[in-house]
Amino acid sequence: MKQKVIEAKDLKKIYKMGEIEVHALDGVTLDIYKGEMVAIMGPSGSGKSTLMNILGCLDLPTSGEYLLDKESVGTMSDDQLAGIRNRKVGFVFQSFNLLSRSSALSNVELPLRYAGVKEGRLRLAREALETVGLGDRVNHRPMELSGGQQQRVAIARALINNPAILMADEPTGNLDSKSGKEILDLILRLNKERGTTVIVITHDPNVAEKTQRVIRLKDGLVEAIK
Amino acid sequence: MNLQAAIFEALESLSANKVRTGLTILGIVIGVAAVIAMLAVGNGAQNTITGAINGVGTNLLFVFPGNQEQDVKNIKPLSQGDVTAISDTLQAPSIALVAPIIMSNFDVTFSGEQITSQVSGVTPAHESVRNDKLTEGSFISDQDMLGNASVAVIGPDVAEQLFGRTDGLVGETIRIEGQPFRIIGVMESRGGGMGGSQDNIVYIPLSTAQARLIHRNNNKYDVVFIQAVSPEQVTSASDEVSQILRTRHRTEIGVDDFTVLTQQDIVDTAQTITGVLTIFLGGIAAISLLVGGIGIMNIMLVSVTERTREIGLRKAIGARKRDILIQFLTESALLSLLGGIIGIALGWLIAFAVGKIAEATGNAFTPAVSLDAILLATIFATAVGLFFGIYPANRAANLEPVEALRYE
Repeated sequence: MKQKVIEAKDLKKIYKMGEIEVHALDGVTLDIYKGEMVAIMGPSGSGKSTLMNILGCLDLPTSGEYLLDKESVGTMSDDQLAGIRNRKVGFVFQSFNLLSRSSALSNVELPLRYAGVKEGRLRLAREALETVGLGDRVNHRPMELSGGQQQRVAIARALINNPAILMADEPTGNLDSKSGKEILDLILRLNKERGTTVIVITHDPNVAEKTQRVIRLKDGLVEAIK
Repeated sequence: MNLQAAIFEALESLSANKVRTGLTILGIVIGVAAVIAMLAVGNGAQNTITGAINGVGTNLLFVFPGNQEQDVKNIKPLSQGDVTAISDTLQAPSIALVAPIIMSNFDVTFSGEQITSQVSGVTPAHESVRNDKLTEGSFISDQDMLGNASVAVIGPDVAEQLFGRTDGLVGETIRIEGQPFRIIGVMESRGGGMGGSQDNIVYIPLSTAQARLIHRNNNKYDVVFIQAVSPEQVTSASDEVSQILRTRHRTEIGVDDFTVLTQQDIVDTAQTITGVLTIFLGGIAAISLLVGGIGIMNIMLVSVTERTREIGLRKAIGARKRDILIQFLTESALLSLLGGIIGIALGWLIAFAVGKIAEATGNAFTPAVSLDAILLATIFATAVGLFFGIYPANRAANLEPVEALRYE
């Protein structure tokens, strides 16, 4: 029996827009196993982002149960959630979201600082950058790097704390096809070699077909898993 | 995240926007500099006034009729009898010299030039009691007193106004209320910036004044200056004078109808006045510091809005509320601390310049930058930075990560 990293039961997220209630998620149940690479697809408005926010512990569901790495997230305080995000989740965003004033190394090191790691931060950050193939660019600032390289820095940052899941939200969306493919290959390689559990949110069928499972969402519900 | 890292990061983000950071700091710089300079000027004024009063002599006492603190009816004037009694070394062993004066303002003229001066009738003892010094000539003598001589010792302001010079004046004749007086001496400037009238004075013999200029009944005196034997005996001299006058004025029971002031009393009063002045000036300056603080708050709010995405990202990778709070508080505290340090330097410079200007205009007075003022300004500036930083920092810390990441 494979180990479950994510166990979500009947997740609902309801936003109140004045008088109207918007059911962004309307009862999503899904399991994701350790070492898997899963794509979440669906048209805009289907609840992809909401699901990612909840699975990434950026937001809490209105109802339902969510276990991340066997820890129940639903009742946590903001600071506890921050701790969970720090230790268990690595984020890769479409727009990279790097700190423009800091070098690649400081960007990668940042989660370790919030984790309170006192020693060896720079060494770990350097290793993470080497893993993503940027060992020779550690002191460059994001402005001095190409889009693909910036996304590699972001991936290194996401990996630095050895998270239980890597959340990638349209990781290739802002890249040309060549660097997009390189980034996808990198993520696939990390999944294969390091056994990192990866959840990719994407529109791109080329990305989706490389994953082991595709979860399709529609109107806040899981439409199909294949 | 430790403090050192927080400070480093804050410096990094402050230096990313140098003009804005500089302008924000400027607000605090001006505030702190104003506080430092104002307090320094106030302290300097206090020192100068205290020094000027003490320069007159620390064993000096003043006696004048009336009571400053309470209403007294039937005030008896200070008469020649009183002066004689005080001068009696048996009754008042702590008193060395007694110098009664009468004074009034008169027009003093010399060939078309005119000045309104304080004309005092004085005794020869006045010179040593008041510690007056002459630049030329001599003071009023016993002969002058006996002969009701028409002689005068003039202050430097009078000399300057009437003659345009302060030397070679002995032998010239000035007119006071039309009556001719021969100049026998010119006084040294008392200076000290205690107001112009200190040097705008004319001394004439007391007897001459009583006979011809200031008509008073039965030898009433305006002020009696008394010199104690030594500074240590000022208090006992004061007691002796009070005792003698109470007996002579028959006010053993009830309120004194005269006032004895020692030099220390005057110093204390002056210090109270300049102290209030200093607080007043400092308070006005503190308002500009407050305005600087609002500038910090304003710029930090802008900064939080601009960096919403950054805050979102930091939260996504594990920053707690406290981390974000510390990050922004460190920035605002650093802004005000930097402003404080530059402000202290600038305030010092301003105080120094004020001193130089005062010196150049002849009112020698040295603003004193005290350690207290520096500490006060630094602590106040940092407190302002923290206080006005709390609101923006709190706003940043309470941003929802999802909202913040979505912010464009």
